[in-house]
Amino acid sequence: MKNIPNLDSPVSEFHHQSIKNGQFMLQKCKTCSTFQFYPRSFCITCDATELEWVEASGHGVIYSSTTVRRKAELGGDFNVSLIDLEEGVRVMGNVIGLDPNHGAIDIKVKLEIIQSNGSSQVIFKPGVPNEHN
Amino acid sequence: MSTIDTTGKVAIVGVGTAGCGEAPGMSELDLLGLATHAALKDSGLSIKDIDGLCTANLNIAMWPLNVTEYLGIQPTFVEGTNIGGASFIAHQKPAMLALLSGQCKAVLVCYGSNQRTSKFGRKERAQARNLLDPNPFEDPYHPFDPPSSYALIAARHMHEYGTTRKHLAEVALAARKWAQLNPEAFARDPLDLQTILNARMISDPFTVFDCCQVTDGAGAYIMTLSDRARDLKKKPIYILSNETAVWHRSVSNMKDLTTTPAKDSGERALKNAKVEIKDIDVVQVYDAFTINTILALEDLGFCKKGEGGAFVDDGAIAPGGRLPVNTNGGGLSCVHPNMYGAFATIEAVRQLRGECNARQVKNAKTALINGNGGTSASSQSTSILCTEQTT
Repeated sequence: MKNIPNLDSPVSEFHHQSIKNGQFMLQKCKTCSTFQFYPRSFCITCDATELEWVEASGHGVIYSSTTVRRKAELGGDFNVSLIDLEEGVRVMGNVIGLDPNHGAIDIKVKLEIIQSNGSSQVIFKPGVPNEHN
Repeated sequence: MSTIDTTGKVAIVGVGTAGCGEAPGMSELDLLGLATHAALKDSGLSIKDIDGLCTANLNIAMWPLNVTEYLGIQPTFVEGTNIGGASFIAHQKPAMLALLSGQCKAVLVCYGSNQRTSKFGRKERAQARNLLDPNPFEDPYHPFDPPSSYALIAARHMHEYGTTRKHLAEVALAARKWAQLNPEAFARDPLDLQTILNARMISDPFTVFDCCQVTDGAGAYIMTLSDRARDLKKKPIYILSNETAVWHRSVSNMKDLTTTPAKDSGERALKNAKVEIKDIDVVQVYDAFTINTILALEDLGFCKKGEGGAFVDDGAIAPGGRLPVNTNGGGLSCVHPNMYGAFATIEAVRQLRGECNARQVKNAKTALINGNGGTSASSQSTSILCTEQTT
């Protein structure tokens, strides 16, 4: 992924390194079983410090969405959305292939990690049926 | 309820602005100094009387030191909390407590920015902010912030409640109509709904007119105990309450995009002031984007959640409408030097004093002000100001 500074944060680093390995990892509390995103030093639901890493299913629903307008020579317009993952956490992401003139909210999406220009990139694709619902 | 009752015990005794719009060749401290000087003249106090300081800067961590030195003061009370543009309203409660405890006798709240015309380090400062304050879980997806975060909020509000782009445009148009009555406002050109709706998109559903101005400007005001305020030059404007709420930093961590911390700060501010919404004569809210005004009116209780779009429709918050909101033209059309909170306060004081000429709200006795901070309505601070010590 581009533009991720090394934050000297082991939990942030683990998450971002995992993306390079093709996995979008979430923290889950071993005590209260709550998922949390972004990763932190302790569970902000129950104060416990023992957290485990679980790979996200990638299934989610768009909570809100905007099209950022950008000149064609700089790459053109692109989508920025907030996606509620089925584990109960919300993430920001770019949804590929949406019509900017139609509402995107409530559309089901699936997370994919693709290789682009030598780096791993998280994207979401719409319209993939959610197997778990 | 606060254990210490501050209701009406502190007043704003002087206000000043400087360089609103464009102030080429002026540093942030120079602008802040001019606004401070104007506030001192307005109050009849001298810089020698200032022994309390509240200030913040977008780039400089120890900014109260810079301001102390520039103004040549030695404050015994300093408040440098920076929670974004709400700061210069959120500073009021700590300042009230400091005045009531005897820690100081006259507090200066001040802010200045030359973000529009500065040639010195403008690009580098923006880069430094991104370097020193990264958001590793949003930056990779390139939101164009702050517009994109507020656009996500607006899109969700439209989805849940049927708010329309015309509703948003009504907010921008009302701000412009007030600005046209205010000689100090930066953007006073004619504007109409079609122009706003047809304008270039920035981040859907926002066009350029949904986004606040980028201006220079400085604002300052002075607070003393009410007993002292009555002996000063101008009619004191009493602070009945100030309450602040902070919930998150980034939009992806905002639990419900359609409800801001103003729900909490507003409820507490009204309760502590023993004021009801129907008692409010004039409203000043930080309108970083058009959706902010709608959210604030809902969260503060002027209308129910989801009804903000209908509430502002058909010129309802414009001059001659049902509720005067942002009578200076707000951040959308008057002045927006990065952080706006001081200007909402200053306009409320001017309205309550009856100094607003063409834009004066008749018989304005009680004002509500609400500050907004961060890139996603992260912090909110609400005050009730009044011409009388109690309502």
